[in-house]
Amino acid sequence: MASAEGPPAVEPTPPVEVLYCQVCSFPVEYCEFGSSFTRCKEWLQKTDEALYDRFYSEEALQAKIGTLSLEAQEKLEKDTAKKEAKAEAKAETALKKKMASQVTIKRIERNKRKHVTAILGLENFDVDLKKAAKFFAQKFATGASVTKNLQGQDEIVVQGDVSGEIVEMIEDGVGLLKGVPKDNVIEVEEKKKKG
Amino acid sequence: MFEDGPKTLILPLRFQPSSDVSGQVSVKTSVQRGIRSSILTQWKINPETLEQIWPKKESLTLVKCREHISIYTLHGEPLIFQHFDGPFFPTLKLLHKYPFVLPPVRVDRGAIRFLLAGAHMMCPGLTSAGGQLPSSAQALPANTPVAIHAEGKEHAAAIGFLKLSTEDIKRVNKGVGVETVTYLGDDLWKIQQL
Repeated sequence: MASAEGPPAVEPTPPVEVLYCQVCSFPVEYCEFGSSFTRCKEWLQKTDEALYDRFYSEEALQAKIGTLSLEAQEKLEKDTAKKEAKAEAKAETALKKKMASQVTIKRIERNKRKHVTAILGLENFDVDLKKAAKFFAQKFATGASVTKNLQGQDEIVVQGDVSGEIVEMIEDGVGLLKGVPKDNVIEVEEKKKKG
Repeated sequence: MFEDGPKTLILPLRFQPSSDVSGQVSVKTSVQRGIRSSILTQWKINPETLEQIWPKKESLTLVKCREHISIYTLHGEPLIFQHFDGPFFPTLKLLHKYPFVLPPVRVDRGAIRFLLAGAHMMCPGLTSAGGQLPSSAQALPANTPVAIHAEGKEHAAAIGFLKLSTEDIKRVNKGVGVETVTYLGDDLWKIQQL
């Protein structure tokens, strides 16, 4: 063993570079256990032919069966195919729900003259609520915050009656509100009177 | 025996960064020094490489999570985590970059699916033809963190700790051998992505 007294000539070991599949985020060799195997394979073939051959060429597939018996291997393949189909179905329903979900803009009365505007449902469109709240606060020069309403959903509450302007901003797709389709917006008026 | 190892060290089900994180703090330098020296003893890493991952000047951020799980991050990227005051585990991403850090054990192909769903590894998976354990010369005691590799794969699939010593696993060959702490695709892995 080299002496440790002299000038430290030990080089730090460089990190191993791992190629992670862009589709399923696993190291490429584990794609077969994920739920998007067919897409992963396509991606890998496009990105790196050499690796693709290493894993999915005939001999590689043969060697992979390894210590599993034939029936076990078939069962494994069937299970992964089923899992993949389920994951796809789930992704589709999630997407459909997203399309159907709405952004609700509520105008709530606080006192006789004053109102607050509450915006529900932006998170379905991947809008960062905290940033959006800050953005509204700056734009309208009033307070805005993210709160949880009684149903447990997150909503942005802006002081004052800005509902009209918010609708316009969504239509124009200003700033962070880019992804929101305008037809999914509804306006509601609420009277929270504790007479 | 007083110490029977960390319990339920697995990340709680459906760990969500938005709701399950109770706070982020900078770690005190005295504590950082403590962590640095613990890592140097617990893992198979030399100081220069650790310096590369975590330079002396930089300070970690501690992210506290449900069930006494602490995740130490650097620049937003999780590096180490621990349960209570238990042993330090590298994140799986970190282990991929520096695979020598933890001693490896290997499970056979049939166990991979279950491993990737979070199951613990039973002894037969480690002692069968596809599995592999350190030889008697390098036997490891119980509660040692290990990297769980899969038959035929280059990179680790999961990290866990030995429930029994490697000699006991070979001898008894029944029951849980390695308790899985984090695996590919779990909630901690997903955070590293987003």
